[in-house]
Amino acid sequence: MSLLTDDQKMLQETAASFLAEEGSIAKQLRHWRDIKCKDGFGHDLWKQFAELGLTGICIPESHGGMGMGATEAALVLEEIGRNLTPSPFLTTAVAAARAIEGTAHADRWYPGVLSGEAVLALAVDEGPRHAPECTALEAKRQGNGFVLNGAKQFVVQGGSADMIVTAARTAGSSGERDGITLFAVAKDAAGLTVDSQTLVDSSKAARLTFENVELDADAVIGEVDGGWQPLSRALAAGSAGAAAELVGVASGISTMTLDYLRQRKQFGRLIGEFQALQHRAAHLYSENEIARAAAFKAAQLLDSGDDTAELYVSVAKAKAAEVANLAVREGVQMHGGIGMTDEHDSGLFMKREAVLGELFGDVYYHRNRVAELSGY
Amino acid sequence: MTDLGTFRSETRAWLEANCPPEMRKAIRSEADICWGGRNWTFQSDAQREWLEVMATRGWTVPDWPREYGGGGLSPAEARVLKEEMQRIGARSPLTSFGISMLGPALLKFGTEEQKKHYLGQIARGEIRWCQGYSEPGAGSDLAGLQTKAEDKGDHWLVNGQKVWTSYADKSDWIFCLVRTSTESKQGGISFLLFDMATPGVSTKPILLISGSSPFCETFFDDVKVPKEQIIGEVNKGWDVAKYLLGHEREMIAGMGLGTGGRSVTLGPITKPSDPLLRAEIAAFDVDALAFAAMSERFAAMWKAGEAHPASPSMMKYAGTELNKRRNELMMAAGGSDALEWDSEHSKGGATPRSWLRSKGNSIEGGTSEIQLNIVAKHILRLPGA
Repeated sequence: MSLLTDDQKMLQETAASFLAEEGSIAKQLRHWRDIKCKDGFGHDLWKQFAELGLTGICIPESHGGMGMGATEAALVLEEIGRNLTPSPFLTTAVAAARAIEGTAHADRWYPGVLSGEAVLALAVDEGPRHAPECTALEAKRQGNGFVLNGAKQFVVQGGSADMIVTAARTAGSSGERDGITLFAVAKDAAGLTVDSQTLVDSSKAARLTFENVELDADAVIGEVDGGWQPLSRALAAGSAGAAAELVGVASGISTMTLDYLRQRKQFGRLIGEFQALQHRAAHLYSENEIARAAAFKAAQLLDSGDDTAELYVSVAKAKAAEVANLAVREGVQMHGGIGMTDEHDSGLFMKREAVLGELFGDVYYHRNRVAELSGY
Repeated sequence: MTDLGTFRSETRAWLEANCPPEMRKAIRSEADICWGGRNWTFQSDAQREWLEVMATRGWTVPDWPREYGGGGLSPAEARVLKEEMQRIGARSPLTSFGISMLGPALLKFGTEEQKKHYLGQIARGEIRWCQGYSEPGAGSDLAGLQTKAEDKGDHWLVNGQKVWTSYADKSDWIFCLVRTSTESKQGGISFLLFDMATPGVSTKPILLISGSSPFCETFFDDVKVPKEQIIGEVNKGWDVAKYLLGHEREMIAGMGLGTGGRSVTLGPITKPSDPLLRAEIAAFDVDALAFAAMSERFAAMWKAGEAHPASPSMMKYAGTELNKRRNELMMAAGGSDALEWDSEHSKGGATPRSWLRSKGNSIEGGTSEIQLNIVAKHILRLPGA
């Protein structure tokens, strides 16, 4: 595994200072949560992402983007995670941008993403657990186009999205990868109901209902019945990205927890002097480092198109979610009573971990993928 | 073609021409590992030949300087060599504590004369080394060691006892921590090298729960050690010892990986039919692959000087705990097959013996608890740690 290049280190520094400054919990997450913002994030901040070129990280240079990859996206996402910054970066600039890459939809949507005006979403899940091959939402041929019927859930940023990349079934049956087709569905499509929900972490995800939604043939992303290819590309980018964001979440809460161990006194001593807590903190440190290594390895393998990328994406997502979960549990516990209050930030990390842990498949989903890909 | 590309193709061709076919077969038992030394009996001509050609090229220690018997390779070239050896399944020509532990310490702390004298012998596999660190009263609290070395003018007079000396009964020389002053605990320790054939040295193997005896008790009774066989300054041996322990921890941490291009995952090895066991193995495989990524990252950071000096402790902790878990799962997957101790069917009880041996991984080279203490103190800077 190679370490970061100088360019990557520069990007990391840019993202770190930008997000610590502009994307802080007080300025963004708490602000939008407390005023009950309908989108759950600030459009001004999204424009700032664009001004720094960050919305175009995964967009090819030929389309005006930075033409970088999963590794650079991971650097930004780790900082997003550390600051719990609400933004459509992961869904729009990473997952959906990858889904439409190399298709006519890129020409239509990349300019808006680059300028920070467009938000894109990905509609995959149809039940409470991630199972992309179980896509059942029906897309029937009608004349030159298709008519869609069915429902989606956990469509992150679905309520604010201008276009939703939707996985539907054009052939075969639930459980099969063949026969899935991806569609670009505009937010105002007739027959589409978008019911935006507030999640536990104050982010927004929508339940979608498709009732005879009529789409032209050119709404298809990639090939009819061959949607698995762009979908799996988007899901891999999304999973690797979520892993990196989880590493940031774990790192953010762990930093707070360590600071607390160094300043909180009980029994006339700093609680960080107690070996029972020191060993748990050291174990957590070790796990954080391993999760970060796994997340960067997955990103680098995706970027180099390696055969083992898919395996490592699942390793990274499972490991990062597991470790972030440990970090938030230890964070709340080691903070004691204050950690249970809404006033304190540690609970916000716990809530974010719950959502990111589920997004693009939870620990169990990805462990199972590791088993399948390893041949057992 | 880049320089590295040229190096790769030349290395590939050279290995193809020089690595005996027998040395490309997976290691089946302890006997397949070449430790070298004065009394080494080569298992085969191929084993001897392989050591000779590799040592002549400096490739038993590819990244050591040429003047000390190394290959003088850059880190990138050394990696290419490792990859090319893995590609054809080539065995390591020489395994030795001289290479993995003493050598790096000599390179850093030895005088020019000492480096010239010892490093070449290590590289050629002429001397088999053992490590005299732990004592009956100094385990985790290593600096509490009592083995005494008195300055007798032209020699040191060593008296005392070491324990957990790996392969002491098979070794030619020992690198040994001794007390040269009682005024300061860590500041009264010196680092000596001496021949195990010196009068007054005796060893007694310790039988482990695994049925093997890789360790010994080692006794020193009026052992005379030439004055110049000290590494670093008198009473400054703790610095050498700590540096060397860092390398030992790196080496032990690597055991969580599975080596020689073998898979780090358990799944393909065990093919679990029970769904709950499959789930546990999958959870392990995630951790094992994530740790493999960490090992790569750690190696790259260590070489680049970006790793925290205490980070081998974290690697040692994580790697050994993982290896214990791996062995627990091998036992679970093996069922009653994995209980047979010496049957042919069970390859001489390989699974249970490995399982029992693995319990020592998180004890030897500093316990897991000591590693966590080190991380808490030196990396996390927690108070009073």
